[in-house]
Amino acid sequence: MSTVVLITGVSRYLGGRLAALLSADSSVERVIGVDLVPPRQDVGRTEFVRADIRNPIIAKVIASAKVDTVVHMSVIATPFGAGGRAAMKEINVIGTMQLLTACQKAPSLEKLVVRSTTAVYGSSSRDPALFTEGMEPRSVFRSGYGKDSTEVEGYVRGLGRRRPDVDVTLLRFANFIGPRIDTPLTRYFSLSVVPRVLGFDPRIQFIHEDDGVEVLRRSVMENRRGTFNVAGSGVLLVSQAIRRAGRPAVQVPSPAVAVVGSLFRRAGLVDFSPEQMDFLQFGRGVDTTRLREDFGFAPAYTTLQAFDDFVAGRGLTRYIDPERVSDVEQRVLAGLERRRTAHA
Amino acid sequence: MPEARVIPLDGRDSSHTAPRRSRRAAQCEAVGADGKRCTAKAVAEGVCGEHLAEHLRAEAAANAPDWERKLAGALAFMRRRVTGDYPIDDFGFDPDLTENVLLAAMRPLYEKYFRVEARGLDNIPSTGGALVVANHSGTIPLDAMMTQLAIYDHHPAQRHLRMLGADLVFKSPFVAPLARKSGSTLACNEDAERLMSSGELAGVWPEGFKGIGKPFSERYKLQRFGRGGFVSAALRSGVPIIPCSIVGAEEIYPIVGNVKVLARLLGFPYIPVTPFFPLLGPVGLLPLPSKWIIEFGEPIPTDELGASAADDPMLVFNLTDQVREVIQQTLYKLLLGRRSVFF
Repeated sequence: MSTVVLITGVSRYLGGRLAALLSADSSVERVIGVDLVPPRQDVGRTEFVRADIRNPIIAKVIASAKVDTVVHMSVIATPFGAGGRAAMKEINVIGTMQLLTACQKAPSLEKLVVRSTTAVYGSSSRDPALFTEGMEPRSVFRSGYGKDSTEVEGYVRGLGRRRPDVDVTLLRFANFIGPRIDTPLTRYFSLSVVPRVLGFDPRIQFIHEDDGVEVLRRSVMENRRGTFNVAGSGVLLVSQAIRRAGRPAVQVPSPAVAVVGSLFRRAGLVDFSPEQMDFLQFGRGVDTTRLREDFGFAPAYTTLQAFDDFVAGRGLTRYIDPERVSDVEQRVLAGLERRRTAHA
Repeated sequence: MPEARVIPLDGRDSSHTAPRRSRRAAQCEAVGADGKRCTAKAVAEGVCGEHLAEHLRAEAAANAPDWERKLAGALAFMRRRVTGDYPIDDFGFDPDLTENVLLAAMRPLYEKYFRVEARGLDNIPSTGGALVVANHSGTIPLDAMMTQLAIYDHHPAQRHLRMLGADLVFKSPFVAPLARKSGSTLACNEDAERLMSSGELAGVWPEGFKGIGKPFSERYKLQRFGRGGFVSAALRSGVPIIPCSIVGAEEIYPIVGNVKVLARLLGFPYIPVTPFFPLLGPVGLLPLPSKWIIEFGEPIPTDELGASAADDPMLVFNLTDQVREVIQQTLYKLLLGRRSVFF
């Protein structure tokens, strides 16, 4: 039973929503949020501590407040907000190391929940259709989010070995999507013309922001030890997703993709990292049987519904309007019918 | 009065939802989108005033000439494509595209060009997982596509053959998305087992590049059957193995040479030289119109052996050899019965 919960990365969207949910729950005694900047959204009665998790102050917070549950969600996916790849790695890997060191020394700790990502499986042509939790990546990481997350997971497993009394829940989330969350992929699908890799059409999976927050909440409130893939059921093809968003696509040959990606990055439109290029070429799918059966949670939104909710909730203008398309179809059919009745 | 049949405008058969006319036509027979029958009283043609216009339109559509119905079907298909309104399974299989475009494009080749004769289709179960294992030949995997079409068009259950393809297929631009959309997935144990245990019909060509790229002088001589991975996958899923022998594909592009240097440079397993390619340029790309026979043999059950048998290498080797031998013998038998390569 969690009573004092510490959340890292509380000023980011998902951290803030989890903090708000937990502070609305009367069985949670205290919620402590840690981040470098104060939260912008309403986080209820969460006590905010402005601290860097790389700072030893975090150990003091955990010890003095007798924190029993730590939710680590401050691993960042893009170097854009962090101020470069080196800083991103520093925050992700060194930050996690420091936080876990503090956790290991805290006798009050009972539970650790870590937000990880399905990017740890990589993206390549040799991938199986769906990854289960026990599978290893088939490609070698050069750098980036996937590599950082793999290292973070390594440290988390290390803590699990050294503190067997702590329940460790490792959640590997697919790409988040929804009406409010801001990720490189939501920006990508909001572009007025969406570039994609010529000759490839990867499968992608989404998890709706509401489902994701609910999985995090349950991991805190209930005991769900283990590693779980978290994704909405089913897959979408990138081409199909672009069509459902009603956007025109332009196909970029793969040698030019890196150049186009860095142009978008410089323009501040979408923060594409090289591994996201691989993702847009080969995609990824994960198996969520363990989430449904062992964790006991079935996401309310399928991948397709989550994407549609994003398109509707953002109010994206569908340049290729499905209503107009079916209108044209009906008109052609009506024309045929008129012609037939005129002949009859 | 003739029975009214509602022909759906998107060209799909839904005769089971067509309203049946009862003798005592007092209640309107229209069925709403929610599947419930209209409760109003019928005024004419067995339907109420509200549904009369719709009913007449449907009846008119039923009498529409064939091309108009086809056009309506094509329009509905295009609408689905443009708006992204079609289902994709976990492997990336797109049945809408496969049935309406990819298989339709292969059909003339199947029926008119290679005049494929499919035998022993009743050896393929109508439901449940199974593994079709076939010989590979012909420089490009036309044999796989023809086998897929043979099963879809001529098996009573219209099953889709889910093929297991090489790594190179999923690395190549344009080929990779088409392969996934037509139901293929990577030939690895995880995918094979996932397909078969979810009740799909999987297809594998275990000779791989050694088979498809072998010289013409070695035609119909089966190469090594991989490492028997397909047998252990079938054993773990407990599905039957159906040997499949394909005659005719060897002659479509007779390989007389291989430009190994160029192949290594481009990263291909081989660059074939045939009597017509590259000598005649693009004309040389035309396959020779051989006459094909695809014979599906009797299923070899694996469920009695149990999943643990997959860990017994001797058993896996023996079973692999057995499947290979059945296909080789069937090939010899079919070749003996063949009048000529082209007829």
